Amino acid sequence: MTSVLYDAPGPRARHRARIVSVVVLLLLVVAAVWLVVALASPRVTAAGSVQPGLLDPSRWDVFLDLAVWRRIGAALLNTLRMAGVAAVIAIGIGVLFSFVRAARSPVVRIPSTIVLEFFRGMPVLLMMFFILLVFSTESFWAGVWALGIYNGAIIGEALRAGVAALPRGQREAGLAIGLTPLATRFRIEFPQAARNMLPIIIAQLIVLLKDTALAYFISYPELLNTIVRGLSNYYGNRYFFSLFLVALLIYLVLNLLLSALARFAARRTVPGAGSPRIPRRGGVMPGPGVDTASLATPAPPHR
Amino acid sequence: MRFRTATALAALAVAGTLVLSGCTDSDAEPDPGDTGGGETVPFEDGTTMAELAAAGEITIGTKFDQPLFGLEGPNGPEGFDVEVGKIIARHLGIAEGDIEWIESQSANREPYIESGQVDIVIATYTINDARKEIISFAGPYYIAGQDILVPAGNELGITGPEWFTDNPDATICTVTGSTSLENISAYTSNILEAGGYADCLEPIRAGNAVALTTDNVILAGLAAQNAPEFEVLNAPFTEEPYGIGLAHDDTEFRMWINDVLEASYEDGSWAAAWEATAGVALPLPEPPAVDRY
Amino acid sequence: MDAVVENFGILWSGFLRTLSLLGIGAAGALVLGTIVAGMRVSPIAPLRAVAAAYTETFRNIPLTLVLFGCAFVLPYLGSPLDYFTLACIGLIAYTSPFIAEAIRSGINGIPVGQAEAARSIGLGFGQTLALVVLPQAIRMVIPPIINVLIALTKNTSVAGGFFVIELFASGRRVINLRGDETIAILLSVAVFYLVVTVTLGLIAGAVERRVAVLR
Repeated sequence: MTSVLYDAPGPRARHRARIVSVVVLLLLVVAAVWLVVALASPRVTAAGSVQPGLLDPSRWDVFLDLAVWRRIGAALLNTLRMAGVAAVIAIGIGVLFSFVRAARSPVVRIPSTIVLEFFRGMPVLLMMFFILLVFSTESFWAGVWALGIYNGAIIGEALRAGVAALPRGQREAGLAIGLTPLATRFRIEFPQAARNMLPIIIAQLIVLLKDTALAYFISYPELLNTIVRGLSNYYGNRYFFSLFLVALLIYLVLNLLLSALARFAARRTVPGAGSPRIPRRGGVMPGPGVDTASLATPAPPHR
Repeated sequence: MRFRTATALAALAVAGTLVLSGCTDSDAEPDPGDTGGGETVPFEDGTTMAELAAAGEITIGTKFDQPLFGLEGPNGPEGFDVEVGKIIARHLGIAEGDIEWIESQSANREPYIESGQVDIVIATYTINDARKEIISFAGPYYIAGQDILVPAGNELGITGPEWFTDNPDATICTVTGSTSLENISAYTSNILEAGGYADCLEPIRAGNAVALTTDNVILAGLAAQNAPEFEVLNAPFTEEPYGIGLAHDDTEFRMWINDVLEASYEDGSWAAAWEATAGVALPLPEPPAVDRY
Repeated sequence: MDAVVENFGILWSGFLRTLSLLGIGAAGALVLGTIVAGMRVSPIAPLRAVAAAYTETFRNIPLTLVLFGCAFVLPYLGSPLDYFTLACIGLIAYTSPFIAEAIRSGINGIPVGQAEAARSIGLGFGQTLALVVLPQAIRMVIPPIINVLIALTKNTSVAGGFFVIELFASGRRVINLRGDETIAILLSVAVFYLVVTVTLGLIAGAVERRVAVLR
């Protein structure tokens, strides 16, 4: 149990740790109980009217209506469609960007750096508006391209850093056996970089899924705003909070499921990916500790 | 694998039936009155009417979050604006099912018309001169007025926007970027800006704002949805003529829409549209004279 | 372009709001992120569990929902705070997990031998931290933290839907006033954001280059 911050705990430290554990647990239980009670009790508004608490059935009966679930299901499909297509585009653009950014000649490298910095710094919603209005596309494609370009820029950076973090011997060996620089990059460096950067890429795709919520502002019926605004506008303001909780649960489950799925798929297809890597002490091997840190530690997401 | 899928599906079906037995479906009725293509008057070649009639479909921008006027429901948007759109489509020979409705939030209305995202916009769209420079308006088809929503009982004794000038500590809530915001800014600067009209209700309940201001029809819808918590002052202090927005230079289309509106006043379809939607909370008004400019 | 010039005041005050959200959010997230990172590597199991649950939850839900919770649920529970403060709380709560992850990977990236050596020559906890661990960790941790801050800059625009009049909301207000110059207004809003994000990106690049030399 030795770690960087503290030594293996002795008997007194363990005793203290146990006491603190009990105290923390008690605090958590008290906080949880208080929260539930506060939410469930009826509420008196500033103007004096009394409203039912959040656990009151009148706040939840809308979920018995199948039309509500049908609308949620349709919105979920819309979101997944946009996220799926955008993810494919993002990975493609990411691969492209990482190539041009790591190019030898500055004529290719410098303009691409500027373009990449520009796309990384622009808010995604602005890009969606631009594509929608300037290219007169429909909102689905405007959203897909904006998400694809933005996340492609970030994934490109991650891949480039992943390639740069590989031991130079890999590239040299590839060139030594007669592969062209392009082929070396593609067949030797990329697979390893992708494997190392996979957690970051998966995290970025989760970001992409969450960012589809922005498409609401270009009139795309995506999941988040359909639930929280659309359904509460139609069925009534008293369902505001219940809909919020349902949206929270849906997104939590969806994203956790997707990361689990992605890790599972990665383990089955890319050898060595997904399994915990033991960072070599002091070595230059890329690993979760050494290189991941210098990257877009899941360049945190935009909503 | 197939056996396991089958058992899993069977188990789900059993569980599902038990759950669904408690469910209702507000979507179960097929919507009545789906009038098919109406009068097919031949249009002049080259006019927008001819193009739309030939294409058999039209894209209309409307609000999806305004009770009574444009509110997205399980069967698409419902409301007075939506019904007016259906009347226009009917006169183009386009069936209700062939109308594509696109949500046009306030700040998106002009950009959508300019870029051709939509053919016309019927979205509680106030006619004003600044907008007439960018797009053109047919109508008006309804005259609303900006009003104020207060908690039922009006304990603070709010009489109108001037009350806020006299009470600068009181916060009034409205939607960011709307004309309501511009109008109320003339009276007070203590304004809470929300993302949507319904968002303003929570701050009123929590005490962070004392009232909500926007067009009286929207307020009436919110008050009706949340009865008996709120009331509308019924003292509109502006005039908001709602028009149908379309491309700036399409004079023929605009005049034709004006003709359709006037015809709908005559033949009772305008009144029927009102009664079916906004009429549940508001009395039937006089149809306003269209402005042919 | 004259729409932008005429309404520059609105855009500028929105920009200042965005900067204050960014500043307060960044400061708070750095503090809370450090605390959460500390909890995650602590020997006390419940603290680790709480920190892990917090991180996993907030990384997997959209920022809109976090701000929704802060703007509506907190006042419901009786919070007297104003909406700007609530938005800052939301941004801090959302951004801290990412900072915590960055710090944690920085700490994990330091070979344990460093800490063991420090302890074996008699340095206490504070000294080990200040003289051995942090100097190395910080060098590795700064680029990802700056990436987090770049994302935070853009995330402040979400607060525009929750009662805070920041740059994006101001931009939409100007577009509603002058719908004929939508593209120009959007471009100027983009420039404002780019000024901040490109600056942060340049800082990140400079730091990354210095780190590479030292490693």
